[in-house]
Amino acid sequence: MTILVIAEHDNKVLAPATLNTVAAAVKIGGDIHLLVAGEGAGPVAEAAAKIAGVSKVLHADNAAYAHQLPENVAPLVAELGKGYSHILAAATSNGKNILPRVAAQLDVDQISEIISVESADTFKRPIYAGNAIATVQSSAAIKVITVRATGFDPVAAEGGSAAVEAVSAAHNAGTSSFVGEELAKSDRPELTAAKIVVSGGRGMQNGDNFKHLYALADKLGAAVGASRAAVDAGFVPNDMQVGQTGKIVAPQLYIAVGISGAIQHLAGMKDSKVIVAINKDEEAPIFQVADYGLVADLFEAVPELEKLV
Amino acid sequence: MKVLVAVKRVVDYNVKVRVKADNSGVDLANVKMSMNPFCEIAVEEAVRLKEKGVATEIVVVSIGPTTAQEQLRTALALGADRAILVESAEDLTSLAVAKLLKAVVDKEQPQLVILGKQAIDSDNNQTGQMLAALTGYGQGTFASKVEVSGDSVAVTREIDGGAQTVSLKLPAIVTTDLRLNEPRYASLPNIMKAKKKPLESLTPQALGVSTASTNQTVKVEAPAARSAGIKVKSVAELVEKLKNEAKVI
Repeated sequence: MTILVIAEHDNKVLAPATLNTVAAAVKIGGDIHLLVAGEGAGPVAEAAAKIAGVSKVLHADNAAYAHQLPENVAPLVAELGKGYSHILAAATSNGKNILPRVAAQLDVDQISEIISVESADTFKRPIYAGNAIATVQSSAAIKVITVRATGFDPVAAEGGSAAVEAVSAAHNAGTSSFVGEELAKSDRPELTAAKIVVSGGRGMQNGDNFKHLYALADKLGAAVGASRAAVDAGFVPNDMQVGQTGKIVAPQLYIAVGISGAIQHLAGMKDSKVIVAINKDEEAPIFQVADYGLVADLFEAVPELEKLV
Repeated sequence: MKVLVAVKRVVDYNVKVRVKADNSGVDLANVKMSMNPFCEIAVEEAVRLKEKGVATEIVVVSIGPTTAQEQLRTALALGADRAILVESAEDLTSLAVAKLLKAVVDKEQPQLVILGKQAIDSDNNQTGQMLAALTGYGQGTFASKVEVSGDSVAVTREIDGGAQTVSLKLPAIVTTDLRLNEPRYASLPNIMKAKKKPLESLTPQALGVSTASTNQTVKVEAPAARSAGIKVKSVAELVEKLKNEAKVI
């Protein structure tokens, strides 16, 4: 059994979610190969070769792969993937974009966002916004799977010494092109990798009030997230959304501020180790999952919290 | 330009589902069913394209049980011109749905296919991408903006780090994210008019599509419950607990 893991990267840096995905591959068992498809992503391939447990790195360097366009990358993965028992990618926006296209090209069903490996062909995944957990068995010759990072502790980024093999296969479908991107710049930790997350909801009232959360987050070394209500209201950009259709986080500490706790939001954070809720409505559903609840006006409580931590 | 919109009948997003005692699935008896929220956004986008004069005809398709006619009628009331129901009582996988949609695309030859990015029941987030693979079309997933110009469409996508814009040659596949638009409500006159719009029924057999699956759901369980903790009285007490009891700061 040999498993192909698709590396997540931006041509410069290997994304941490790759390490969680490799961890899922380790649980399945067998040889693990990593595919780095990109343009000028040599440093990523080098970093990939050092990941503990990886025995080979396939490096496909081509301008057509520079922006991870699925029309070009999926045929590459499908072609290389034919020799493997499993193809895994992180359930990031990129993995979700590419992998179903690979599965359809290979004519197999995909299993999305697994949170545990029961055996080499059986996996658990959340459905209905995490209100049910399905155990799914695959009879496909090649099992195509996306991995929810919070379900697996990352493997060590160092310690391996895999060989890097160049892949020359070039796929350029010519149906799509990259126009541009606007990436949020932040000195704070990345939301899905942060040990502490401070999130704000509709109770923040406006985008400017998020400054209270940024101040608290900076004191704690935390990332800042938001509920769908706060994003829809335009308080903060979409990349901060935590929930069923946003980011899934499971930090050591999650502080929900002015968030009522809709099931769609809980789906994105209820696996956090410790949950704190600050809300002036004592009936808010968020208190039903919070380890520590504080019924208070957030505009008084958050600045006070910032002073005391 | 003809636009095809795919919609799914799912449990209403306000319903908190319960797992069946025999772990065979979730209990959907007497539960409110609705159009998947992302599919509503897909219908709305198509209607806006028609209002702008970009789209000339909107065909809405659903794959599901006979009762999915309700969701198709809703789409017709919102502005779709005609509907197709591919009837299947079974629970189909995303790949099977994508294959059925491919057969409908072959038949209808739309320039643009708009789908929701994921259904809130299975949470798969696969069908649009799979349809793109089967048709060989470009895909603009998780769209927050869609602009058709000439023979291409620019799609701004919500990605983990922010937003990305890609240009796709038509025909193309678009899947919707939450911020693409705010769906309208159907007016009563439009609901009445929708009853008279054409609704065609097909079967997977008639389309010559096999819906066999390589995935089997072995069991469905309730997630580990998280119990409510304690209420603290002050910020000072909260900090004390986080430092000394939970030891997380």
